[in-house]
Amino acid sequence: MLTNFFFHLRNNNLKVNLREHLTLLEALDKEVVAFSTEDFYFLSRAIYVKHEQNLDLYDRLFGQFFEGIESINVDEFLKIDDNWLINKLLDNLSDEEKEALKAVGGLEELLERLKKTIEEQKERHEGGSKWVGTGGVSPFGNSGNNPAGVRIGGKGGNKSAVKVWDKRDFKNYDDNLELNTRNTKMALRRLRLLTREGAENELNLDVTIDRTCQNAGFLDIKMQASKQNRVKVLLLLDVGGSMDDFIEECSMLFSSAKHQFKNLEFYYFHNCVYENLWKDNGRRYEDKISTWDVLNKYNKDYKVIFIGDASMSPWELSEPRGSVEHYNAEAGTVWLERFKDKFPNLVWLNPINDGYWQYTHTIQQIRTWSDNRMFPLTINGLEKAMKCLKNSKLKFL
Amino acid sequence: MGFSGTSNYVATRELQTAVNAAVALQRPLLIKGEPGTGKTLLAFEVAKALGKQLFTWHVKSTTTAQQGLYEYDAVSRLRDSQLGDDQVNHIENYIKKGKIWEAFDTEEQSVLLIDEIDKADIEFPNDLLQELDRMEFYCYETKQTIKAKYRPIIIITSNNEKELPDAFLRRCFFHFIRFPDKETMQQIVDVHYPNLEETLLINALKTFFGIREVKNLKKKPSTSELIDWLRLLLVGKVSAEDLEDLNKMNEIPPFLGALLKNESDYDLFKALREKGVK
Repeated sequence: MLTNFFFHLRNNNLKVNLREHLTLLEALDKEVVAFSTEDFYFLSRAIYVKHEQNLDLYDRLFGQFFEGIESINVDEFLKIDDNWLINKLLDNLSDEEKEALKAVGGLEELLERLKKTIEEQKERHEGGSKWVGTGGVSPFGNSGNNPAGVRIGGKGGNKSAVKVWDKRDFKNYDDNLELNTRNTKMALRRLRLLTREGAENELNLDVTIDRTCQNAGFLDIKMQASKQNRVKVLLLLDVGGSMDDFIEECSMLFSSAKHQFKNLEFYYFHNCVYENLWKDNGRRYEDKISTWDVLNKYNKDYKVIFIGDASMSPWELSEPRGSVEHYNAEAGTVWLERFKDKFPNLVWLNPINDGYWQYTHTIQQIRTWSDNRMFPLTINGLEKAMKCLKNSKLKFL
Repeated sequence: MGFSGTSNYVATRELQTAVNAAVALQRPLLIKGEPGTGKTLLAFEVAKALGKQLFTWHVKSTTTAQQGLYEYDAVSRLRDSQLGDDQVNHIENYIKKGKIWEAFDTEEQSVLLIDEIDKADIEFPNDLLQELDRMEFYCYETKQTIKAKYRPIIIITSNNEKELPDAFLRRCFFHFIRFPDKETMQQIVDVHYPNLEETLLINALKTFFGIREVKNLKKKPSTSELIDWLRLLLVGKVSAEDLEDLNKMNEIPPFLGALLKNESDYDLFKALREKGVK
């Protein structure tokens, strides 16, 4: 039975592994907890769940597995008298729930649909949005997310389909976000320039030996600063418009970069860099920073990373006054060239899947400008980009 | 014998289960939760309840895993060699034991707290995998393997500033300390202030949970802030009636600074009160 539970968790996207399962068995073997479902729940949760985001998912899966075992038989359900069922159900609903019910066309309607669906459906089903089963957003079944749903199975037995939601205290923590910044950080880590700067806290053995020898065996200790990553990064981010689709990826990268690089400077632009950049999107029209200042402020040691989809009308790049937003005296390409002249190490990260690049003219154009140093915003692409930033002589096809 | 809270630490049933399971199976226990819900305190209380020695290792951004094991002080050895000191012949004299070594070295089981593991470098947890798993490590300078005589109870806290690697998580038990509900909160306050006037407590809790419900607060007040605030109320001799009157008149409660630590939160709350929103 516990093996089934283990696979139940795995099949439902909770990544548990054998080691944890064995730990649970070991814990049960040693009788760490008393024989109660609640204690078993606490114990198994401490072993299986490793992130608070997954607590809600675990609660749901646990509920499904241990309560759904005595579920209602479909044939018997079809035999239940409609009117009796409706009255019984209405008694159990709060006003709020009744409101929600109206939204799907009232209880009769819902039951009608349910019976029809049951008849259409031949097999057990999980997830999805139509069939009766567990999980999913269809109004029917167990532990789903449709507020106007009917629960089948669980405690109700074959008396009726009583609407029950398992108590799910951890609902807020499940934000459905793949918060996988760790991978990103590991990729960014490849961009390392280890230099010795700051307080001297390490023994420099070679120099110490040298100096001691020269000192006729009298000890002369030489200390040195420890090696640390002091790479300087200038991040230029495209915001707004078509970039709205990629907010998640970009903020993930941004937050990782902020933690990873001590010397990180960032500016925003829209579509293409022109004469002004800004640091705060809320005040982008008031607090503008001249691009010339940015170009002059940072020396060529800075590694420049552009993040943008590079998708715009060709005129925004090639023509003066081509910007969609303002009257730009010089064309986008002029500004891009200035960046290229100043910073030998630059890459362009594009959140659009590289398979689609060939269909947008400006992506091609910018890719050519960057000497093919445009990479997709994936872990793989990031790794390549970091490699490219470290060595400006690398050529990419 | 198990952990079931102490006279001044209220542990919920789920927390007890997690601690006892981790102790019985000798695995590290990873504790997460809102700041101020008693994560670090747990290790102290576990040590106290089980009568064990406690070693605390507070992790900072510059901490390396090696520092937890040991550090070799080559410079003082070199200096000593010039002075002809006798102890220079024994390298052990220049090995400084870290907290992990100390915890491994005790003659009975001890408790080891690794506090705020997420503050360290991203590779830090990976560097400790073997040490926490097998409870042993190799000391290169003395060419000996240090093995725990009694596997210590390891409690690790994290504030979620960095994601921890999967391989590390797999080796731990995990518990998320939830923000206590009203009942548990009352228990916690009782433990700290057994003689608190009941009406004052009820009014104070009402105010407290009211503040927690204000949306968009940058930092919601938590248990430790409530405890501090109650102490201030007691010292300032604020009575239950005062609190209620202020609440009715939409004034801000006294010593609000103890609950709201952020200036913008304070202003937000004040503005809401002035507008008459509760």
